[in-house]
Formats: sequence, C-alpha cells, structure tokens
Amino acid sequence: MPQIHAFDEMFGFAAGASRDVRPAYQHLRSWLEDSPHELMETRRRQAELFFRRIGITFAVYGDPDAAERLIPFDIVPRILARAEWSRLEAGLVQRVGALNAFLADIYGPQEILRAGIIPPELVLLNPAFAISQIGKRPVGDIWVQIAGIDLVRTDADQFYVLEDNARTPSGVSYMLENREVMLRLVPELFAQLHVAPVETYPEKLLETLRSVAPSSAGDEPVSVLLTPGQHNSAFYEHSFLADKLGIELVEGGDLFVRDDVVYMRTTEGPQRVDVIYRRLDDDFLDPLAFNPNSMLGVPGLMNAYASGNVTLANAVGTGVADDKAIYSYMPDIVKFYTGQEALLQNVPTWRCREPEALAYVLDHLPELVVKEVDGSGGYGMLVGPHASRTAIEAFHAKLLATPEKFIAQPTLALSTCPTLGGSGIGARHVDLRPFVLTGTNGVQIVPGGLTRVAMEQGSLVVNSSQGGGTKDTWVLDD
Amino acid sequence: MLSRTAGSLYWVGRYLERADYLSRLIEATLRLEVLPSSYGGAGGAWDGALSAAWMKPSYSERGLLIDEAGVSQFLTVDPENHSSIRGCLEKARANARAVRTALTLEAWEAINGAWLDIQKIGIRLHDRAALVALLEIVKAAMLAFDGAAHRTMLRGDAYWFIRLGSAVERADNTARLLDVKYHLLLPPGEKVGGSLDYFQWTTILRTVSALTAYRWVYRDAVKPWLVADLLILNRKLPRSLASCYEDVLRYLDLLASERGRRGPAHRVAAARLSQLERASIDGIFAGGLHEFLGDFITDNNKLGVAIAEQYLF
Repeated sequence: MPQIHAFDEMFGFAAGASRDVRPAYQHLRSWLEDSPHELMETRRRQAELFFRRIGITFAVYGDPDAAERLIPFDIVPRILARAEWSRLEAGLVQRVGALNAFLADIYGPQEILRAGIIPPELVLLNPAFAISQIGKRPVGDIWVQIAGIDLVRTDADQFYVLEDNARTPSGVSYMLENREVMLRLVPELFAQLHVAPVETYPEKLLETLRSVAPSSAGDEPVSVLLTPGQHNSAFYEHSFLADKLGIELVEGGDLFVRDDVVYMRTTEGPQRVDVIYRRLDDDFLDPLAFNPNSMLGVPGLMNAYASGNVTLANAVGTGVADDKAIYSYMPDIVKFYTGQEALLQNVPTWRCREPEALAYVLDHLPELVVKEVDGSGGYGMLVGPHASRTAIEAFHAKLLATPEKFIAQPTLALSTCPTLGGSGIGARHVDLRPFVLTGTNGVQIVPGGLTRVAMEQGSLVVNSSQGGGTKDTWVLDD
Repeated sequence: MLSRTAGSLYWVGRYLERADYLSRLIEATLRLEVLPSSYGGAGGAWDGALSAAWMKPSYSERGLLIDEAGVSQFLTVDPENHSSIRGCLEKARANARAVRTALTLEAWEAINGAWLDIQKIGIRLHDRAALVALLEIVKAAMLAFDGAAHRTMLRGDAYWFIRLGSAVERADNTARLLDVKYHLLLPPGEKVGGSLDYFQWTTILRTVSALTAYRWVYRDAVKPWLVADLLILNRKLPRSLASCYEDVLRYLDLLASERGRRGPAHRVAAARLSQLERASIDGIFAGGLHEFLGDFITDNNKLGVAIAEQYLF
C-alpha cells in the first residue's frame, strides 16, 4: 500500500516530535497530552454506553447479525477555526444556490442545455431525471431544501467537494448527538473553548419546512416526517428528528390521499398534511406513479403534489443534480448561474463516457478511485491503491462494457485527524458533511457538520456502511 | 395522535403486562414446586403453569417432558415461542421503537434496557440461578417502566393508550388464571379440601401478588371463595377484574375528554363494569364460575376489537 503523506488537521504537514500544532488545536493538544490512555479509554466506554442506551443504531443492509450495530464514535473532536468555516460557508451557500438554480432550469427553460454547457443527453436521459416534473415549480423555486455536501481537505486552504447529496442526505442526528455526548464527556473543554453550538439545527429545519408550505396551508402548516419504517438503516435518525422538530413521524400507511389532498390517520380522524419532509427515495413515494410494488409510499401522493396541495422536501427529481456524472460539471454550473467562479473546488474527474478519459482511466486504474455515477454509500467503488489485482481486473472489464456508468478521480490524500485507536491516539483520514438548509426565508447552515472518520489506519473509506466512524465537529470562535 | 402510534402504545402496554404476568406465574410455580408432594407440590406444578399461561397446546406439540427445565425455558427465552417473556419484550420494544418519539427517554430506556439485559441471558437457561436472574430483570424493568411513565410522561393520549393496553391485558391475565384454576375455587360453604388445595390457592394469590393483600382485606384463613371474591370483585386490588375495568373506563374517559367523543369501546367497558359492580360472589358461583369467566374473556376480547376500531388502529 503506498504511503500517502496527508495534511493533518492538528499538525498540518509538519512531522517529528517537536512539530508545531495548528493554532485551533493548541488547547486540544495539551488536553490530549494531559489525559492518560486509560482515562481516554474510560471516556470512550462511557460514550459507547450512552449511545447504546439511547438506542442509536444503524442497520447495515444485507447483514442480519448487525441489524443494530453501533456506529463507532471517536471522542477526539475535529476542529475548524471560525475563519476556515466562514470560507466554507460562503462556498456552500454558493454551491447549493447553484444546485437549486440548476434544477429549476432543467425542469423549466433548460437554458443550460441550450447554452451547450452540459450535454443534453446527460440530463434528459439520466435515470434520476424525473420527466413528470418538467414544467413544475415548487414553492419558491426551491428544490433542495436539505442538502448534505461532502467535503474533503488536502491542505490548509484546499477543500474539495467530493459529493453533493441532494436527495435525502442523512447523518445530521449524529452531528447533534455527538455534540450532546461530548458536552457530557468533556465539559471542561467546552468551558475553556468557544465552540459554536449546533443545537439550533432542528429549529432552523422546522423554519425551513414551514417556509415552503403551499399557499393553501394557512398560518399553521402541518409538517410530517415520512420514513420508510423501522427497518430502514436511518430509522433512528428519522425518529430523532421528528422528536426534535415536534412533528409526527409517519409511514406510508399513516397517510392517504383524498381529492388530491394528503391526510394522516389520527385517533381524532383524518388531519390534513401540508409539508412532507420525506426520507423516502423518489421511486418509493407513490406506487401509482413509480414502483408499483412499493409498500412504503402513499398511493396518489404524486397527484396531490402535482396539484400543489402538498410540499415534498426535498422535491421530486433532485437526484439528477447529485449524480456523479453531473458532478463533474459543477464548476460550470456554478459559473453559469452565479456568474462567479466556484468557491469550493471539485475533485478533478474523468468522465469515462468520454473515450480519451476512458483510455486514461484504464491505463491508471491502480492509482485512481472509480465510482458508479449513480452509486452511494461507498458501494460499488474501486479504490485503486488499496485494491487487489483481481478487483482491478474486474473493474477494467466493467469499464469497457459500460463506461458511461463510471467516473474516476485521483486518490486524494484526505486530511487526517487525531483519533483514539486501540493503542493510543493515531492519525485517521476524515471528511466533513455540513448540512445546508434552503427555504423562502434564506439559506441556513449550522456551524459544523458530521465528520466521518475511517477507523482503520490508512483507510480512505469513511462511509458508515463500510465501518467508518464519526466525530464531533467544532467550529471555534476566538 | 397518529392511529398507528396509538396502536403501538396500546400494545406496548399489553406486551409488558403479559411479560410481567408470566414472570410472576413462574415465580409462584417455583415456590409451589418445592413443596413436598403431600402439600400439593411435585409433578403438577409446571403443568399448571403451562395451563395458566395458556400455552399448553403449543408446548405439547413439542413432545417435551413437562418439568422445570423444559417449561421455564419455554415460557422465558425460547426463541421459537413467540409468546415467551423474551417474545413479549421483543414485541414491546419493537412497538416502542416504532413510536419512540411518543415515549420519554426514561420510559424508552426502561424498555430498551430490559431488552438488552434479556439478550445477555441468551436463548438458553443453564440453571435455576439464570432463571431467577431473568425474573428479577423482568420485574425490575416493569417497575422501572411504570415509574418512568408515571413520573415523566405527559398525561395525554400517549400515556393513556399505554395504560389502557395494560389494563385490558391485566384483566385478561387474571381471568385466564382463574379459569384454569376454577375447579379449585369452591363456592362458600363447600367442604374445604386438605392442605393440597390450600397451596394451590396461595399460588394463585402469589401469581397476582395478592397474598398479603388477601390477609389485609379478609383477615381470615385462605378460603377459595374469598380468593375468587378478591380477584374478581375487590376494587382495591389492582389486578382484580373490577379494578381493571374501572381503569379501562377511566382511561377511555380521559381519552374522550381530550377528543370530546365516546364510542363503542366505552359502551362495552361500561356495561361490563356495571355488571361487576352489581355482582356478588355467591351469584357468580350460582351461575357457574367457569361460565362467568368464559363470558368475561370473550367480552374482554370484544373490548380489544372495539378499542382498535374506535381509534382506527
């Protein structure tokens, strides 16, 4: 395995025992040095117990024994200075604004296609492009009310967007719970450092949802959270959020549609629903419109949606914007709609659909990361430097057969962050997923997000479905 | 409240109550079994426990020996027996998890904690100590849940649906327990049998935690008709049929007061309560205790159906 010399969140590129600590980490560094390993272990066990008792669980698909496995939590926080965060924040606002403008455009006038910025077939023939949504205009022209943008860092100033999540991004409950656990575990650090709070997220989310209620809703719009049910891997998050928002957690069977209006079944009879924060993919929303075998959705929901009687957050058809093939055009998309250069960089991407790019990728597989354009969760991807010969050969064949299904990127030296391992503190690779809320009341981002960490030394895969863990993320005010 | 939520909460109440009943039944059986055979011990104790749990047919299908190891295993942790204590806790937890937001953290932790503890015991009981430990877990969890619910939950729909479920289940359990033992509960004045029956009666009382209560209420030796009187008509005993139905009606009223509506479930419960209020134990024996209990169990099932229909579960 080739050694990657990665930027460290605490030490930068400095090496050696007497290396300098980056300013935001100075306090944490002394705290770590003052805490004996046994004490850290005790804290880690306390944290685990706390998570276990409150039932934070994460079901991994296809793994019956691990139906309720706990996501590993690391007690060493990941820190960003306020100045770093402010730059990220501006970039996120710009990027999500562009995503919304892009969706409004491709389901509307399609100017970006006519301007020749993106090959039309990439949008129009994209499996995530919802033909039924052409000509539709969600409230405020907002399509992506809740976005999760995956960022990775390669040096002090360089952040890359790895992925845009514009469908049903998850993980925000871990951001909130991780903070709660840290407040209990290490109150002394919070007393000494000015950590920006994240606990306002539910309130901001509720504001956002209410702001996009249909005009028919009246002054007190009724919002619900629609979950696929308790067998879904993110069910805990769904129930956690519904609780924090103070809205009903509904399954498809709790809702019905009459005269193109959505109601929920309550002990007091039917109650009208105005906004659905849905954590169910497009294909499962309405068995009449999409997958007829789905038992998860609500028959007639798409008619109610088309009639403008209910808002779905996120809107139907947003998947086309976070498709990995479209991703490679994001710098152009940002420029087209904002007139400015993208503040957040894209990872250089080879679109294997283009013959020259394919040829390059096939020649350099051992050093590249290859992803399916519509894949997620770290499934179906090749990390060249860590892959076996057989795996590389298998991908070689797949690429030749259906090149349009893949993109490739250089293996980035993801930054590392001190992390508690079995034998003490070691550097592990991390990414960051901030959550961006967009309503008619504006764009809101709580300072921080979900830091995912690859618990294995040297591993670059941070996905929780692949054994990754999480950390609390602190934005420090001076 | 969502109808599905109400239904799940109601079943949380029912399954927890059922687990509690099973654990008390096993405990009373352990005690009965250690008595020398001349006092009614030996042999029949575990057979009686299976009957009182209404699981004799499903156990017999296995063709297993009826003894402590077999029956206690079956009633507690057997993964194939969906009505075991483990099965009840699993379903209570699944229902609670589906409506996690309707419970307070404390109430959820009591249920989730019990489930985690039960899982540690596994699906085989290796000895009597493991069985006793399991019974302690269940009893402690029930008290913890009741306490947590009582101390932390809003007095609203969620709370009343849980309570309603446990009252309906509790009435069912007491009635079934009595029905299994009805032949031992003789009418007043009948010649009382020997010490053998005495221990059967005290076992019934122990199963519903009412032996001490009996002494306080009657200040008399244990007599079979008074056992029946206590468990059917005494409104001070929380597991008597009359007391359970007072609770059922009260919870239905509280639910109605939030919603301003009464429905068929009220009528079923009110009719049965007023019958219990008018009844005397002599009259019940005159009409046949077995017939009385059979009617009660049928009506109690109807009540369950009426509740589900009224609240659209």
